[in-house]
Amino acid sequence: MTSLSTVVLAASEHADVVPVAADGVFSWLWLVVAIPAVSAAILLIGDGAGDHGPLDRFGHLLGTLAAIASFVVGLVAFIALLGQDVAERAITHDLWTWMQVGGFDVTMSVYYDQLAALFVLLITGVGSLIHVYSIGYMADDPRKRRFFGFLNLFIAAMLVLVLAGDYLVLFLGWEGVGLASYLLIGFWQEKRSAAVAAKKAFVVNRVGDLGLALGIMLMFAQFGTTNIHDVGLNVANASQGVATALGLLLLLGACGKSAQVPLQSWLLDAMEGPTPVSALIHAATMVTAGVYLVVRSAAIYDLSEVARTAVVVVGAVTLLYGAWIGCAKDDIKKALAGSTMSQIGYMMLAAGLGPAGYAFAIFHLITHGFFKANMFLGAGSVMHGMNDDVDMRHYGALRTMMPVTFVTFAMGYLAIIGFPGFSGFFSKDKVIEAAFATNFWAGLAALVGAGVTAFYMTRVMIMTFFGEKRWREGVHPHESPKIMTVPLIVLAALSVGGGALLFSSWIVDWLAPVTGEEHHELPVPPIVITAIIVLVVAAGIALAYVLFGRRAIPDTAPQKVSVFTRAGRADLYGDAVNEALFMRPGQYLTRSLVYVDGSGIDGAVNGTAELVGDGARGLRRLQTGFVRTYAAEIFGGALVLVLALLAVNLA
Amino acid sequence: MNVEPFIGLSALLFTIGAVGVLVRRNAIIVFMCVELMLNACNLAFVTFARANGNLDGQIAAFFVMVVAAAEVVVGLAIIVSIYRTRRSASVDDASLLKL
Amino acid sequence: MTAFWLLAPIMVVAALGVVLSRKAVHSALCLAVVMISLAMMYAMQDAPFLFVVQIIVYTGAIMMLFLFVLMLVGVDKTDSLVETIPGQRLAAAVVGILFGFLVVTVVAQTTVGPVIGLGDANADGNVHGLARLLFNRYVFVFEATSALLITAALGAMVLAHRERLEPKPTQRELALQRMQRYAEHGEHPGNLPTPGVYARHNAVDVPALLPDGSPAESSTSKTLRDRGVVRDGAFSGDVAVTLRKLESDGPERGVIESAPISVTGPRAPKDGAAHPADNRPAEDRPADDRPADDEVTDR
Repeated sequence: MTSLSTVVLAASEHADVVPVAADGVFSWLWLVVAIPAVSAAILLIGDGAGDHGPLDRFGHLLGTLAAIASFVVGLVAFIALLGQDVAERAITHDLWTWMQVGGFDVTMSVYYDQLAALFVLLITGVGSLIHVYSIGYMADDPRKRRFFGFLNLFIAAMLVLVLAGDYLVLFLGWEGVGLASYLLIGFWQEKRSAAVAAKKAFVVNRVGDLGLALGIMLMFAQFGTTNIHDVGLNVANASQGVATALGLLLLLGACGKSAQVPLQSWLLDAMEGPTPVSALIHAATMVTAGVYLVVRSAAIYDLSEVARTAVVVVGAVTLLYGAWIGCAKDDIKKALAGSTMSQIGYMMLAAGLGPAGYAFAIFHLITHGFFKANMFLGAGSVMHGMNDDVDMRHYGALRTMMPVTFVTFAMGYLAIIGFPGFSGFFSKDKVIEAAFATNFWAGLAALVGAGVTAFYMTRVMIMTFFGEKRWREGVHPHESPKIMTVPLIVLAALSVGGGALLFSSWIVDWLAPVTGEEHHELPVPPIVITAIIVLVVAAGIALAYVLFGRRAIPDTAPQKVSVFTRAGRADLYGDAVNEALFMRPGQYLTRSLVYVDGSGIDGAVNGTAELVGDGARGLRRLQTGFVRTYAAEIFGGALVLVLALLAVNLA
Repeated sequence: MNVEPFIGLSALLFTIGAVGVLVRRNAIIVFMCVELMLNACNLAFVTFARANGNLDGQIAAFFVMVVAAAEVVVGLAIIVSIYRTRRSASVDDASLLKL
Repeated sequence: MTAFWLLAPIMVVAALGVVLSRKAVHSALCLAVVMISLAMMYAMQDAPFLFVVQIIVYTGAIMMLFLFVLMLVGVDKTDSLVETIPGQRLAAAVVGILFGFLVVTVVAQTTVGPVIGLGDANADGNVHGLARLLFNRYVFVFEATSALLITAALGAMVLAHRERLEPKPTQRELALQRMQRYAEHGEHPGNLPTPGVYARHNAVDVPALLPDGSPAESSTSKTLRDRGVVRDGAFSGDVAVTLRKLESDGPERGVIESAPISVTGPRAPKDGAAHPADNRPAEDRPADDRPADDEVTDR
């Protein structure tokens, strides 16, 4: 990573932004959070659950309307922001003082700038589509009111996260989405696997959250403030060590939330949740919060070479790690989850490149939000038609049975592999270019990842929609109802057309005031890189076609497979490592602590008590109650007194 | 007349009284032994008064008598009331404060 | 000093008697001996006032109080000298001997300065000297002792006072109780018969005679009966002679002669007057025969 150090950084660029007070439509921006929050409150604490009251019958409509209303507010605000002067596009609106302790002041404020605006649109837009989709997907679930309540809670929390002007408020949203994620992964709590997966996600996320919390504490200790803008201003004057520590701690938080190595293990299990949840939370929005955090903290990362390098390494490793897992999984959702991990790895890698990559990280994040939500919802549609079977080996030849799902899924597929002209092509191409321009190895990792992505996505495609029918008995695949296919079509259109954001570098210019802008010259013309990427992708597709399209897919997963496949199926032994490194020693530690507590501390306490008790029991024997015994003691005392007097006199 | 024999007698009587308090169970006899101890003290007081040539010792003995009288009145009343409830004048029977 | 050496052994022996005698009365008597001897010692040591007070207050008042309480508690009780608290006697002996030895030794080895004597102090008389001190230097102590004495008197009254827990029974209730006892246990409700009175004898030890000439046992004191001093025969020798003379005068006197002169049941005198059925215990009587009984119980 030597070439990273040569990058000239323009840290002051972020600090130049001076937030302006909100007025007009922006002063109503809090509604974007309040609407889903109120809706969630109504749905969750309204009249008693399961009583088939009006909330149970129409609650899902209320939740969907809340998401759409939030989107409308966000869209109006975005249009208004477009109309603002470039210098006045960072808008802050103080709502109330959250806490004030001495000189420490946390304001509950809405901080709305170009970055937040994109996120608001993504979250509310994709969120609304997924709400609509969920109406169909969850139609038969007796607890769908609660489901929509959780979804609204998630939307509200996620919006708090991206609209936060203070790291502490951001942390509030951060924990809120963690809670919503926990609740939704374990939504089918009667399934043991779902409950365990929820718990696992929660625990692993705690590790990351601890990093973020420590980072915030460090900010407070160093700068006396946790306001994002003020921290950005102060960090420029802080030492290199502080910036590095902050960067690494925030990265730890980001790793937890975004399922990056080494905190990746929860994401695959999180697929136990309902598919719309996987699409919304574990593909499109929440898991990208880590990328958002890194980009939002650009001022910190700009100052720390080490932290940026760490981000790049994490991104590159996760990119390949996720891709590897994606190749080996037969569960369609887990294959997609591996892919999600891998794509977020791309984003992290881009974010770690500094100002040269931030915009592309966000760009890829948005396009990924479109096509991955599209694919997850497509997968949900397939499962819907296949009686909730998730094993791709039981699919095959579904393209004729589910034409709409097939076409929309195909759009997502082409986008993710980076087929020229689709959104993923532009975003991934830019990430790889930026990576090559900064560091050869990072670029190479991204390039290989692109080939592997093409391979495993082609595999998913072939196993699901092509080849022989391998359906189980009694399964009659059918197209999903309109309420589910319409969101798919919309998302497919966005997957195709999302690349338009790059038109004449719009997104780069748009984000430049937030993230800074930088361009590194490639050693070769960009078109050469693009060509190489396309070639690699084509190679991946071809290999997949040879391996899976030309041959029959075994009905059950073959056991005699290469060590690589086996590792992939076992999530590259991530759980085993966690168990061996943390769980077992943790168990030993707790057990030994319990032992120490039981025999050592309790022993000391109880021993003292027993000692006192025994002493008291002994002394009690002196209390015979017989006056004559007491008289004898007094007489003895008098004797001693006389002796003492005598001794003193003689001495 | 020497002083020492009187004091020695006083000490002897005091000790006998004290031992009597320790060994007797009948509350009335215990009381008598206490009286014996008080009287032994009185003897010492009177003796020292003579040795020192002033009457303060005799005054002290006088007060001891008064206090002893008061004490006997109250003490015997206590003994009577205890005897009335317990039908016993043994000091060992009134050992309610034991374990 | 002769008087001292005479008195001292007596005192020590008497003091030991206080501790060692089994009967409380003996202890009290021994204590009286000690106190009177002490009074003599006071007299020997120029303390005539204390000599008098010792005799009047201690030997007179306090010892009487002791004896009075002893009467209340029981004079003829003998205390067991067996020790019940383990080790108590040993402890008493060890501590007592050590203490006595120590104090006596210390006293023996102490040299007291020349004895001044009370010649000057008692120049106006012992009582004058004491009074001068008592009402000058010790006047407040003196007042305090008066308060102490009043408190003690009050305390003694409070302690000795027995609180009445139930209302005092009226004459009517007492009469009812008596009748009830009679109904249930056959106890005689009226006064016991007075002893027989014969001109030539001390009346108390002679039982009254029933109409049939037999002695009424309940007419004599139980104590006398227990002592066996009741004249059960009721007739002393000369009376019997007189009677025999009377009998010889006419055969109708044979009734007296043939009557058994022996102790009969205590109820015999008045049972003769009562209805024979009432002799039996209440339980034995038939139920229809008890209306009066029920009336009594119901009240």
